[in-house]
Amino acid sequence: MLKIEDLHVSIKGREILKGVNLTVNAGEVHAIMGPNGTGKSTLASVIAGKEGYEVTKGSISYNGKNLLDLSIEDRAREGVFIGFQYPVEISGVSIANFMRTALNEIRQYRGLDPLNGAQFLRLMNEKQKVVELTDKLSTRSVNEGFSGGEKKRNEIFQMAMLEPKLAILDETDSGLDIDALRIVANGVNQLKTKDNATIVITHYQRLLDYIVPDVVHVLFDGRIVKSGPKELALELEKRGYDWIKEEYEQGKLR
Amino acid sequence: MKSFTDYSQQMQRYHIQSTPDPYRPVKEYFQCQVSNMGSEMLPMLNGWYVHEGESLTTYPNGVIVGSLKAALQQYPELVKPFLKAQEDDADPLMASNAQQFTDGVFLYIPDNVKVEKPFQIVSLVNSREDLLVQNRNLIRVGQNSEVSVIQCDDSTRYGKTFLNVVTEIQLAEHAQFHYYKTENKEAESLLFHHLYVNQQAYSLFHSNAITFNAGYVCNNIRINLNEPFAEANLYGLYLVDKNQHCDNRIRVVHHAPDCKSRQLYKGIMDDEAQAGFLGHVVVKPDAQRTVALQTNRNILLTDKAKINTKPFLEIYADDVQCSHGATVGQLDDEALFYLRSRGIALRTARKLLMFAFANEVVQFVEIQALRDRLSDMVQRRLNGELTICDQCLLHNAEHSDMIFPIDPEKL
Repeated sequence: MLKIEDLHVSIKGREILKGVNLTVNAGEVHAIMGPNGTGKSTLASVIAGKEGYEVTKGSISYNGKNLLDLSIEDRAREGVFIGFQYPVEISGVSIANFMRTALNEIRQYRGLDPLNGAQFLRLMNEKQKVVELTDKLSTRSVNEGFSGGEKKRNEIFQMAMLEPKLAILDETDSGLDIDALRIVANGVNQLKTKDNATIVITHYQRLLDYIVPDVVHVLFDGRIVKSGPKELALELEKRGYDWIKEEYEQGKLR
Repeated sequence: MKSFTDYSQQMQRYHIQSTPDPYRPVKEYFQCQVSNMGSEMLPMLNGWYVHEGESLTTYPNGVIVGSLKAALQQYPELVKPFLKAQEDDADPLMASNAQQFTDGVFLYIPDNVKVEKPFQIVSLVNSREDLLVQNRNLIRVGQNSEVSVIQCDDSTRYGKTFLNVVTEIQLAEHAQFHYYKTENKEAESLLFHHLYVNQQAYSLFHSNAITFNAGYVCNNIRINLNEPFAEANLYGLYLVDKNQHCDNRIRVVHHAPDCKSRQLYKGIMDDEAQAGFLGHVVVKPDAQRTVALQTNRNILLTDKAKINTKPFLEIYADDVQCSHGATVGQLDDEALFYLRSRGIALRTARKLLMFAFANEVVQFVEIQALRDRLSDMVQRRLNGELTICDQCLLHNAEHSDMIFPIDPEKL
C-alpha cells in the first residue's frame, strides 16, 4: 500500500529525513517510535503534503501512485488520513458542516452521489459512538475550546467518518489521560480492517498496550535504524533510547 | 475614509423632491418576504413617509409611530426637544440635515412596553432625476421598554441617489433597543447614515450594520453613555467588491461609570473595493470601571482592495478595562491546510473560512428569521450568486431596467 524509498526531506535547507525506507501493507499496524526531534512528525507532514517540506531525494508510492504528485486534498480523497498532533481550531465552521463538505467532496472524487442530510446525520450519529462523543458535537466549531482529549477524539471521529485506507496517527497519545487514551485506542481498533493500514507515531510504549502493532520501527537521526516485532517497543520502554544512540554511533545499526 | 470630502458642491447637482409622491403604492410594493419575520412596515418613498391612512398611528398600548413631519405638528413636545444631534456633532452633513430634512419616521414607545414585532423602515428611492434625500428619524424608548428596528435602503436603477439620514435614538432607564441595517443600492449611490444615541442608566443599545451592496456607504454612529451601567454593542460586516466603498465611523463617549461598550467590525474586500473603520472611544474622567472593547478584522482578497483602519482609545479615567485591535490579513494557512487534509478543495476551504469569518457578526442578530436570512445572504454573496436581497419585492427583477411602478406580472 505504502512504499517509501530513500526519502530525504529538508526544511529551510536543513536535512531532517536522511533516507527513510518503509513498506506498509494492507491489514498491518506499524508503530514508529523514537526520541523527540528525530523526524517522526516530519514524516507525517510530508505524507500529508504540508508546505515548507522539500523532498530532495527518494519517493513515496501509495497504491501504485506517486503520492508526492498529488495535491493535499487529492491525497485525502485517495484515502490517506493524518491524525494531527496539534489539530487546528477553526472558529465558525461547525463539525457537521466540515465533515459533510469533506465527505461529499471525497465522494464526488470517487464518482459517488453526495449524501443527503438524513443519510449524513445517521452516519454521524453512528460514528460518534466510536469515540464516545456526544450529540452536541455537530454544532460546535471545529476544535474550538476543545480540551486536549476532545481534540484527539475528534481526530479519530473524523477518521471514522472518512474511512481512510491509510491512517497515520501523529502522537495521538500526547496529552491524553488514561481514559481518553483507552477511548481513542478503542476507536482505532474498531476501525481496523484487513483492507486498511495504520501507522502510529509515538514516543511512549503506553499507547501500544492498546493498539498492538505488527511491526515497530525506531526512527533516529532521520533514518529508520531498527525494526522489530511488538516486543521491541517493550524493550525501548525498559531501556530508553540511549542504547539505540550508542549502537547507531558505533555503526551497528544501518 | 471619505470623511473630509466636501459634499456641498455635489449636493447641488441633485434634485430634491419637496412633496410626497401623489401615487403611493404602499401595500403593493413595500413587501418584505423574509419568512417568519412578521415585521411592521414603515415605508419611505423618495424621502417621504408614505401611508394609506393616518400619517401617525397610535396603538392601544401607547406606542406612536408614523411620519416625523406629522409628529412635529401633532406632538411637538414629544419631538422638538429631542432633535438636537447637530448640536453635538460638527459634521456639515448633520447640519445640512437639520436644516433641510423633509420627513422621516417617528417611533415613540412609552414606559413598560415590550414590542414583539420588529418595525422595518424600508426607504426606497425611485426617481427619473438624481435625487437628494435628507431624512430625520426619531426613536424614543421609554423605561423598561424594548423594541427592534430594521432599516433597509433600496433604490431602483434609474437615477443616482444621495441619502443623508439622521436617526436620533433616546433610551430611557432599562430600555433595550436593537437596530439592524442593510441596503440594496446602485453602484453610484451615496448613503450617509448617522445614528445619534443617548442612553440613560442600565439601557442597552445594540446595532448590527450589514453591507453587501452599496456604492458608497458611511455608517456614522455616535453614542453617549450618559448614566451608569448603560451598554452599547455595535457590530458591523461589510462584504464589498468592484468599486464599492464602505466606511464605519464610530464615536462612543463613556460619560458615566460602570458602562460597557463593544465594537466588532469585520470585512472582506474584493476587486478594488475600499473600506474604512474609525472606532473612537472616549472615557471621561468620571467614567471609572468602564469596559470598552474594540475589534476590527479584515480580509483583503486582491492587491488593489484597500482598508483604512483606526481603532482609537482616549482614556481619562484610571480604573478601566479597554482593548483595541485591528487585523488585516489573508486566510489562516494552518486552517486551510487542515481542511484540505480532509479532502476539501482549496476553493471550497477558502469559502468555508470566509463564511465563518463573516458569519460571526451575523450571529449577533437576535431576530432569528433575519439572522437566518442574512447568513444565507452571506453564503450566497461569497458564492457570487447574490448581489441583492431577493426577498425584497422591488428587486425581484434583478438587473433589468426597472420601471416603476413595476410590471405587475412579476408580482
